[in-house]
Amino acid sequence: MTTMTIAKAINEGLRATLAANPKSLLMGEDIGPLGGVYRVTDGLIGEFGPDRVVDTPLAESGIIGTAIGLALRGYSPVCEIQFDGFVFPGFNQITTQLAKMHARSHGNLTVPVVIRIPYGGGIGSVEHHSESPEALFAHTAGLRIITPSNPHDAYWMIQQAVECQDPVIIFEPKRRYWLKGDVDVQTPGPSEDPFKAHVLREGTDATVVAYGPLVPVALAAANAAAEDGRSVEVIDLRSISPIDFDTVTASVQKTGRLIVAHEAPTFGGIGGEIAARISERAFHSLEAPVIRVGGFHMPYPVAKVEEDYLPDIDRILEALDRALSY
Amino acid sequence: MGTHLPSTEFDGTAVDDQREADAEAVMGEPAAQMVQLLGPDGKLGTDPVFSAYADKLTQEDLRGLYADMAAIRRFDVEATALQRQGQLALWVPLTGQEAAQIGSGRASQPQDYIFPTYREHGVALTRNVDLAELLRQFRGVSNGGWNPKDTNFHLYTLVLAAQTLHAVGYAMGIQRDQKLAAASDAAGRQPDAAVIAYFGDGASSEGDVHESMVFASSYKAPVVFFCQNNHWAISVPTNVQTRVPLSNRAKGYGFPGIRVDGNDVIAVHAVTEWALEHARQGNGPVLIEAFTYRVGAHTTADDPTKYRPSTEEDAWRAKDPLTRLEKYLRGQDLADDDFFAKVKADGDELAAYVRRTAHDLENPDIRQAFANVYAQAHPLVAEELAWFEEYSAGFAGGEESAGQAAKAGH
Ligand SMILES: Cc1ncc(C[n+]2csc(CCOP(=O)(O)OP(=O)(O)O)c2C)c(N)n1
Repeated sequence: MTTMTIAKAINEGLRATLAANPKSLLMGEDIGPLGGVYRVTDGLIGEFGPDRVVDTPLAESGIIGTAIGLALRGYSPVCEIQFDGFVFPGFNQITTQLAKMHARSHGNLTVPVVIRIPYGGGIGSVEHHSESPEALFAHTAGLRIITPSNPHDAYWMIQQAVECQDPVIIFEPKRRYWLKGDVDVQTPGPSEDPFKAHVLREGTDATVVAYGPLVPVALAAANAAAEDGRSVEVIDLRSISPIDFDTVTASVQKTGRLIVAHEAPTFGGIGGEIAARISERAFHSLEAPVIRVGGFHMPYPVAKVEEDYLPDIDRILEALDRALSY
Repeated sequence: MGTHLPSTEFDGTAVDDQREADAEAVMGEPAAQMVQLLGPDGKLGTDPVFSAYADKLTQEDLRGLYADMAAIRRFDVEATALQRQGQLALWVPLTGQEAAQIGSGRASQPQDYIFPTYREHGVALTRNVDLAELLRQFRGVSNGGWNPKDTNFHLYTLVLAAQTLHAVGYAMGIQRDQKLAAASDAAGRQPDAAVIAYFGDGASSEGDVHESMVFASSYKAPVVFFCQNNHWAISVPTNVQTRVPLSNRAKGYGFPGIRVDGNDVIAVHAVTEWALEHARQGNGPVLIEAFTYRVGAHTTADDPTKYRPSTEEDAWRAKDPLTRLEKYLRGQDLADDDFFAKVKADGDELAAYVRRTAHDLENPDIRQAFANVYAQAHPLVAEELAWFEEYSAGFAGGEESAGQAAKAGH
């Protein structure tokens, strides 16, 4: 067991992947000598050389599109998109090509491309550097989407993503890159399956589902609620596509109340999908409507007001109050 | 590249002359000279670079090129008829582009990998794709239809230009394979391979073509960009896409660009063979612009009389790639009436086969679609399939009910 940050854990995970799989390679803007704008690939080019850690031209469609070609030739590319808001020039390749190649080839072709996207706000940045576009990708069949919330998951998820035969997008919570935690580099333990949700905290009065950057917020809200004598169960979703509805359903059947929290705009977001599915699956267990806590229907606002935009402990507690008032 | 044969075909008469003169005026840059070996008069000229490649073609090869062009034209006519009879949802005809496709496809080697757009039926023929399978996509029973691994001929791509990037990535993979093989002592080493990416003059405006050329050049990837400039992107002429000859663009990326008479199968073959060798030998990409013409409609859903004069079509029919090679073969006593009669009979046989097989292409079961969304098991797909099975079972009459359920959606 060692302690490291999420950024370091991904770095170590990538190192382990590159060492174990000679057909794996990293591609992206500034990921070589600079180590990426978040230094997630720090030191890897020195160890593995420029054919394995490829500083690409500045072209997102180019990165994803050539990664698809490399995958067709038997390689396992891991693409870094520099920031969430810059994935869109590559959106076409991801949604029309990457996601569909396996299906349209009747299963003859696999394209095990991994796309890493630092996402979310809270770092006081300029526009296009703080967005949460996961729902836009989750809506597309053929993609898998995961998001780690702690270093142990980060270390294993990146390796599991590379091993997966389907395309995987990893949304990395950039404001948590420096969050430290224990990593067991010997064994993933319960993190063996990256597409399974984890119950991080048991409770009986309500369930809060969160993922990525909001997991620590959800835990803090549960702790605050505990001081008021409320027992809140917290689930780290981990996988946004597929969603582990079994774990969420089981929790709601126990607690009767569900709050889903994410940074992305509430409208059309993952929270709505969870609310709808859970009301189908556990209607008779629900004591209150599923309540969503998320961003507003606006372009991600300027840094000086992002605190008002981002769901925080109080917003989750307010949702909890509402749920408990039924 | 050396100087090329002066064109016997396009001087003064080419419909595109005005557009090229335009481009010259705009850019102050002369149009690239076009490589041409076999003129419309059926006479073979010389070229300092490419004649050597043309000379390698045996009499058998030349007859084969003709037979392929005739076969694919016959196939095209048959597929168009099938569409008219409601057997295909759509057809994308290639008439006029036979030389560009057969010439380039025949210049490739089995280890090369081809990324087509959606009109490359002639290339598919040269890669031994079963032509009946090509119809699956247009009949609506598949979004693919063949296994690319069998022939190194990738699936058609309907999003314009997307495949040019896949081609470059694939070529980057070939480079890495070579290094891995070299490092592991080269036992059982594969022959060097290259990739061809096909796209149109319209697609050349898409950002992906630009990005693919940047990547290819930066990494010296073994890829040949093969642009069939058939002069029209649906109803929009080439001069809306570009003000310079497309082959000139290669210079800006730092690799050779060659404009070839796309109706001259011998020149196309020679130029493509040269380009593939160039790429396989590690010298990086090449752009070939095959200057050709889409004689018919863009697809069976389109009406060219709305946007272009029939005189333009007539002018290009006079440059027909088949007629030209036939003149040459007859002039050189390389083929006689018997040969051409046999080609025609083979074409009819192919057409009959395709017609028969197209009718027999079975409608898939939507369960197959559930099966291939993901390579690995996926709970949402499993859940929806289970729902579908249960829903379908609620109807009497098996097969039919599944169809109804599919229509009803979920
Ligand atoms: C990204 C995209 N935009 C639009 C279309 C619709 N479309 C299909 S074919 C076509 C024209 C293509 O022209 P060109 O690239 O010259 O190829 P050609 O069909 O003439 O061989 C268009 C606009 C498409 N398939 N993909």
